[in-house]
Amino acid sequence: MSKLSVKINGEDVSAEVEPRLSLADFIRDHRRLTGTHLGCEHGVCGACTILMNGEPIRSCITFAVIANGTEITTIEGFDDDEPMEQLRKAFHEHHALQCGYCTPGMLVAARDIVMRLPEADEERVRLELAGNLCRCTGYVGIVNAILAVLNNRLA
Amino acid sequence: MSEESPKSGIGARVLRKEDARFLHGHGRYVADISRPRMLEAAVLRSPIAHASNLNIQKPVGHEGQVFTAQDLAAGGVRPIHVVSKYPGHRASDYPHLADEKIRFVGEAVAVCLADTRAEAEDLVAQTTLEFEPLSPVVDMLSASDCEAERVHENWEDNIILETKISENAEAMIEAAISVKRTFRMNRQAVNPLEGAAVMAEWDAREDRLIVYSASQIPHILRNALCECLGLAQHKVRVIAPDVGGGFGYKCVLVPEEIFIPWVAMQVKRPVRWIQDRREHLVAAANAREHHYEVTLHSDLEGNFIGVEADITVDSGAYSVYPHSNILESTMAGRTLHGPYMFASYKVRARAVATNKPPIVPYRGVARPGICFAMELAVDALARKLYREPSELRAQNLVPSEKMPYKTITGGEFDSGDYREALHRAVSLIDLQAQRTRQRVGESDGRLIGVGFGSYIEMTALQTSAAAGAGLAAIPGYEQSHLRLMPDGSLEIGVGIQNHGQGMETTLAQVACEKFGLQIENVVVRHGDTATSPYSTGTYASRSMVMAGGAIARTCDVLGARIKRIGAHLLQCDLTDTTINNASVVGPTGDVTIAEIARVWHRNPEELPEDVDPAGVEVTSGFRPSPDNSPFSYATHAAVVAVDPELGEVEILDYVISEDCGTIVNPMIVDGQIIGGALQGVGTALCEEAQYDAEGQPLSSTFADYIMPGSTDLPKIRLDHLVTPSPLTEFGGKGRGEGGAIPPPAAIANAINDAIKVYGVEVDETPITPRRLRKKLSSSNPPR
Repeated sequence: MSKLSVKINGEDVSAEVEPRLSLADFIRDHRRLTGTHLGCEHGVCGACTILMNGEPIRSCITFAVIANGTEITTIEGFDDDEPMEQLRKAFHEHHALQCGYCTPGMLVAARDIVMRLPEADEERVRLELAGNLCRCTGYVGIVNAILAVLNNRLA
Repeated sequence: MSEESPKSGIGARVLRKEDARFLHGHGRYVADISRPRMLEAAVLRSPIAHASNLNIQKPVGHEGQVFTAQDLAAGGVRPIHVVSKYPGHRASDYPHLADEKIRFVGEAVAVCLADTRAEAEDLVAQTTLEFEPLSPVVDMLSASDCEAERVHENWEDNIILETKISENAEAMIEAAISVKRTFRMNRQAVNPLEGAAVMAEWDAREDRLIVYSASQIPHILRNALCECLGLAQHKVRVIAPDVGGGFGYKCVLVPEEIFIPWVAMQVKRPVRWIQDRREHLVAAANAREHHYEVTLHSDLEGNFIGVEADITVDSGAYSVYPHSNILESTMAGRTLHGPYMFASYKVRARAVATNKPPIVPYRGVARPGICFAMELAVDALARKLYREPSELRAQNLVPSEKMPYKTITGGEFDSGDYREALHRAVSLIDLQAQRTRQRVGESDGRLIGVGFGSYIEMTALQTSAAAGAGLAAIPGYEQSHLRLMPDGSLEIGVGIQNHGQGMETTLAQVACEKFGLQIENVVVRHGDTATSPYSTGTYASRSMVMAGGAIARTCDVLGARIKRIGAHLLQCDLTDTTINNASVVGPTGDVTIAEIARVWHRNPEELPEDVDPAGVEVTSGFRPSPDNSPFSYATHAAVVAVDPELGEVEILDYVISEDCGTIVNPMIVDGQIIGGALQGVGTALCEEAQYDAEGQPLSSTFADYIMPGSTDLPKIRLDHLVTPSPLTEFGGKGRGEGGAIPPPAAIANAINDAIKVYGVEVDETPITPRRLRKKLSSSNPPR
């Protein structure tokens, strides 16, 4: 067992975990934060995307012990976050979700695009989203929602 | 009904009621549900495609945590056994855990339980499996040979069912023009982002088994559980919570939905199994895999005379419950005609067993393959006749004045203007501009092509069709339960299962339309056999037509009762009342539905003596009358650029001109169609569940199985015709699947249009760069 100290959504957490435990399983099964979803568990689909020290990562292929000493933000940790509030509203208005399974990871990735690339055009947004799979929407609503937020923030 | 046309009724772009929980990470899927003392399950799966004489050794000291087919048999668990009414159909058991034989790589052999999934997987690694390998049956065409190894040893060969339809076949002998082609649509995996998932527990207070499953068909799953486990219906409750996509995969039973509940009952603890992606790709969710030899006959003017075809479908090793392993072959055999007029027809269709996972219904069911074969044959004929392919289509599509139209195989198209849909697609894609662009040529050396795909889709499978096939789930009257609450809000219970289609919103819109209620005052409950009326569930693009119809009819019954109370409160004649804007309106005044609800529930002393004691909770139902299915249809058009050196295909433009009848919520309909279209792009260009000659799956991760992504279909435009169906409430037709049907046809036709100077045609999906390169290098390069 390995010691782990991590801040999750602003809360200090200490635990002893198996070295083989993934960060996603730690978040979901140990901390009961089930908004982070597992779609492939091999780092392709992006459903498990969370922020570690403000950067998006795949929690399914990150060991929990790697997170020692870091700050983690999951979909449950954005309640007072302005860009996330804008994205949630835009996802709702542009029908950017159907079954909802990819949505938490998609929102975390979208927030990263909005913060990092304030002038991104559609082509760039689509390119940046290529690391997140959505099986339902065909991406049109997702892309439109992100572009709407980008446009509003520039205005 | 409501004159002021509330913003929540039919046709309104209502934003989805279900979004908020998903946007905040509060959706509740099976994997999000846990129980005290819950065990996690992992499954030992076959590493070989075909074997007999199994010998399983449980790890010493952990025998009580591992269960095999022997344990199921000792417990009296019955296997799945799907029969059919088709003469000559060969049925077989689908064992929940492999017993005497293994019939595909990934078949479940043993289930191991532990406190965590990781520890359960440790037990899987410690469980040993010995067997005697048999030669595998992998290719569906050679599988039909009589000397081939047999997947089911007591069968004479591997042909599950052969159907033949021949109508007026002699007319084809005289045809002036004939084109013959061979087509293949390869195997795919369905890949909802949430895979299968089951959590089961015996609830002592309810005194029944509770099974949480990522299912599209909770009531049918309950039937299967009762049949396999020998339990009474009232001893089983199935809950489908939030379901992370299904696309057909979750409208059939998986073995885990039976053996996980059973082991939970044995160990007297809750047990949860969550399918991982590798299990999904190799062991569970295969689909499609059709082979066609098609000959299309016409006269010199291009009027279709007839179609001949030999169709083979690789159905895999077993038959899935309840939709069987012959759904695809029989549908392909019966409806290869597509939206065209034919005077003669001769089609043989075979479903063949192989040592691969059983195929499951996947969005479009058979029709992506049918459409691919027919539409590519149409373009081949057009090239032979030096005709514009869209004009040849227009000439042969069933014209609107012939509606309702009896097809040569006995089906009936209910309504629509197929030619107008094509015409709109032609003008939206600007065919003339594309032809000009082709003539000019591209500076980067790429080749431009335009392609079309037209199709019809029988939606909301009618009772007689399912009964005729003898399916284990036959849809009858779909029911809904309406409950007027004491504050005048309305709760609707339905047995269909929403798993992304927005039905918590669109079904509520039906009641809003009927009563003039606002959307926030109507709530739709589904996904729990304990609280919803029986239903065969969500599949066949049926839920909006059927459950929407049921809600409309039930509103009529409830409305009559509400009006009777309203007439009393207004002191007027019942016949003078109407329901409008959430009120009962009489000649001299009106009373709100909320007020009527209050009186019924809270102040019954104000009710008249002769009030209907049945009250304000109603269950009623609907099915199309007569018992027929409404047909949706569309034409898709694609413009592609083909790089002849790399074999790469870029979709430059894509348009869809479709008709799904009356649209309840345009935002959601567009979302369904666009999402389906991208799945069709995956079928066309990248998705393939590959197997080697030993039946080993080669596509076991998302690195090998390529899913369409955000850059694959950047431009897509939609146009809607609205021809209400005469068969349904409000004139709606099913719309969930159609988007996925014609993209392989439209894209392949566009590619063939682009590469026609090479004198070759693509004829197999997915059209990967490697496949396209191979085609082009086998040809004579253009001068």
